[in-house]
Amino acid sequence: MTTWTAEASPRVALSALDDLWFQVSGTLCNLTCAHCFISCSPNNHAFELMDLGAIESLLEESKSLGVKEYYFTGGEPFIHPHMVEVLEATLSIGPATVLTNATVMKPKQVEHLAAAEAISPYSLEFRVSIDGYSPMMNDPIRGVGTFRKAMDGVRLLLTHGFLPIITVAQTWENGQNDEVFQRFVEILKAEGYSRPRIKIIPTLRIGAEEERSRAYTDTERVTSDMMLGFDASQLICSHGRVATDRGVYVCPILIDSPDARMGSTLAESAEPYPLKHSACYTCYVGGAICSNLSSGGRDVS
Amino acid sequence: MSLERYERIAAIGGVYSNHLALEAAVNDARRRGVEAIFCQGDLGAFGPNPDKVFPILVDAGVQVMQGNYDNSIGEGLADCQCGYVDPRDNYFAKISYDYTFSNTSDCWKVWMRGLPKSFRIQLGSHRLLMSHGSPRKMSEFLWESTTPTHFLDRLLQEHEADVVLTTHTGIHWKREVPGDRHVINVGVIGRPENDGNTHVWYTILDARKSKKSRKGLSVEFVPLEYDYRSLAQEMNSEGLPQEFIDTVLTGWWTTCLEILPSKERKRGKF
Repeated sequence: MTTWTAEASPRVALSALDDLWFQVSGTLCNLTCAHCFISCSPNNHAFELMDLGAIESLLEESKSLGVKEYYFTGGEPFIHPHMVEVLEATLSIGPATVLTNATVMKPKQVEHLAAAEAISPYSLEFRVSIDGYSPMMNDPIRGVGTFRKAMDGVRLLLTHGFLPIITVAQTWENGQNDEVFQRFVEILKAEGYSRPRIKIIPTLRIGAEEERSRAYTDTERVTSDMMLGFDASQLICSHGRVATDRGVYVCPILIDSPDARMGSTLAESAEPYPLKHSACYTCYVGGAICSNLSSGGRDVS
Repeated sequence: MSLERYERIAAIGGVYSNHLALEAAVNDARRRGVEAIFCQGDLGAFGPNPDKVFPILVDAGVQVMQGNYDNSIGEGLADCQCGYVDPRDNYFAKISYDYTFSNTSDCWKVWMRGLPKSFRIQLGSHRLLMSHGSPRKMSEFLWESTTPTHFLDRLLQEHEADVVLTTHTGIHWKREVPGDRHVINVGVIGRPENDGNTHVWYTILDARKSKKSRKGLSVEFVPLEYDYRSLAQEMNSEGLPQEFIDTVLTGWWTTCLEILPSKERKRGKF
């Protein structure tokens, strides 16, 4: 087995720009979650809200590149004053997924978005972050009162016909997976969500999460040996990029790393990228952790 | 390279061991005067007695390609490579896969291993490419609600085709791309389409119109009735899960639902 060095990190080519992410609300969020890998908060201005005109230009550019799916993240996307317009514009050209804590969006906004989805051939997905099946499990991570507020948001989405994907960062031991999953199903059904959609994702040991749990160890790195026989299409950097107010970065996880900035435009951002960051290890082990499940399986062609 | 030329063909998607629907589809397509019948893979899964499907395909001269299920069964892999992540999906996918694997004869496993992964033909004036999931990835899901037209434009250009046929998702749809180009998901005959109807779907493509007008392609999605009650009975005799049988009897999907995008999911009952 080769020893890991930054210089010898395996490089991943962008095979196609399938997933275009928008860091639409920068690092600004109404919450300050203890496990946030980019330490978003009401006061983190490392990345600012994206300009509506810039987003529209990127959507236009994305058509000529044949982008398949559009994702919107932050921070909390719904603190962006034009979030409804952004999603409406996206739904006119393709499917949109918004990653939200569901504590900010207003009934009127959800109503508008339900109307926009109804006339679009494309799906609008809400991925709602809730990190425990009870206030006792969720609130220490996401903040006091956030479990109830998020559940109110889930019900608001259900009322307007959406089927939100409850996205849960795994803060428990692997042995408890089945039990936690089952509890989520039961609680969501009790809240009125009869066919709950749930996505469990690993935490990333960077940003605030590094303080909450632990940092990556020296051995938690992706080496060239590990790439032999590995399906690189499972890595988001092989098929995606994230646009921010400060340019285009390799993936939504690494925006705090200056060397992850690939260029000013999508066209400038297609170079291969080395898996030299510790967080790449989680993506390698988990495989496409950021993408929706509907995208498909491993590359068997 | 010169391609085989056709004017009118039938394309059959996932069979999922539904030998009764396969027999009905072959007979129906012949009655409708097609020159050739193609099957785009996923021969096993879900249904009973997988070995019954292969002789029907061979005897009828159906041109068969490999789907991810056939790749897995043929190569002796641990799962179907559908990419399920949710434990509820994985639970039923494993039952289906283990049953299909242990009830498929070795000779058919070898046969499936050797199947082509795509077909290219000339359909009238169109260069037509058949794939299982997508032309670039056998297990890629091309759902109607997550596949933008500009993405399909790129796919058609990269694969030098005017028409692309896929299956894999289980729900038929079509999209016209500027320049008289088309992407068509031909549906599946293995199970109904999650719309409360018991029939299944295959597709007939006809380019004769295009010969006259030098443009256009006729795409007909064919709803296919078959003896679904007998299939349900056979599934019951084989000890397959009641959830699978309910799908055949009601037309609603009951399992492997978590990979559906929201629009397709909302149309279903579960």
